[in-house]
Amino acid sequence: MVTEKPSLETVWSWLSAVPDPEIPVISLTDLGIIRDVQWREDTLEVTVTPTYSGCPATSIINLDIETALRAKGIEKLTLKRQLSPAWTTDWLTDTGKARLEEYGIAPPRPAGGPQHCPRCKSTQVEKISQFGSTPCKAQWRCQSCLEPFDYFKCI
Amino acid sequence: MGDNTLVLGHRISEWCGVAPVLEEDIALANTALDLIGQTQLWLGLAGEVEDKGRDADRLAFHRDVWDFRNLLLVEQPNGDFGRTMMRQFLFDGWHLAQLRGLMGSNNDQVAAIAEKSVKEVTYHLERATDTVIGLGDGTEESHKRMQAALDRLYPYVGEMFIADAVDEEMVSAGIAPDPASLRPGYEAMLDAVLAEATLQKPADDFAHKGGKSGARHTEHLGHMLTQMQWLQRAYPDATW
Repeated sequence: MVTEKPSLETVWSWLSAVPDPEIPVISLTDLGIIRDVQWREDTLEVTVTPTYSGCPATSIINLDIETALRAKGIEKLTLKRQLSPAWTTDWLTDTGKARLEEYGIAPPRPAGGPQHCPRCKSTQVEKISQFGSTPCKAQWRCQSCLEPFDYFKCI
Repeated sequence: MGDNTLVLGHRISEWCGVAPVLEEDIALANTALDLIGQTQLWLGLAGEVEDKGRDADRLAFHRDVWDFRNLLLVEQPNGDFGRTMMRQFLFDGWHLAQLRGLMGSNNDQVAAIAEKSVKEVTYHLERATDTVIGLGDGTEESHKRMQAALDRLYPYVGEMFIADAVDEEMVSAGIAPDPASLRPGYEAMLDAVLAEATLQKPADDFAHKGGKSGARHTEHLGHMLTQMQWLQRAYPDATW
């Protein structure tokens, strides 16, 4: 139970500790889907934008946000869905992109494909499929080390 | 918009687990997921506008054939993989143009849903185009199948561009683009892709219609709904 309203900065820091349910190496704030945090009188309002409209992780993300904030003692909480402006991979933070690469997922690039293989760093890569194991990823293959890898789609 | 994405989303989900190769299976399931996600947004908005307490699920599962307002194209059976991809390509080309038009809607919610969907559908069209070209300009067998798919599905293209009284009202209210205005761009896109795919567009431009108004669906939609809605029909209001 909190007696005083925590500052917005504190709330943001709590949210930056909530991992993405599908790609746990990055946080929800790294992913760029938390668009705003505001106090509306004594209710905390968190604005979330979906990555893909049908992404099954969306409801888990909302549940994770709620669970994390409730654990910090926030009792009055509303989650607001914001569609516009639509989420773009430009909102992924640099830390997020670096963590994706370390994890073996090539980060999104406006050029439309990965810069290099996230494992051996070879630039000889080819697309297997425009789609992958989650809506946000595509499948690529390294022609040098021959390993397949995920590429985070650029949208 | 919501009925189109719902019916096509369900149709392509029928491939889940049985597509020709794993990557295509995943791609079709991902496309289905995007379309069903868009359905939740469109039908959710429709329910709000109607204001009779019906949400997206109720609209999807508690309506019968005659209440569906989808294009006849999207309810056509999957056929072989080539026909599924030809149907997807013919739809995606229109869908993208329509969504771009809706992004300029003077209804904020319509514009926001269109803005969200346009990114996903750009991707769908890119993939469908690549597949139609790859299979059209592929082996003798794949070419033959793609031409047969085009011949069979082309009569369902015209309906996308024919306005009815609802369209006219939407145009005059500044909510949606005039369907006929989308045709020249669509035809140009179609001609370019079909040329590269070495496929012949049928000369006859006869158009089947009646899906968008609900007046006359093809027999296939009812069969699809028996699958899609059976749980809600057998156990009304059951929840997960």
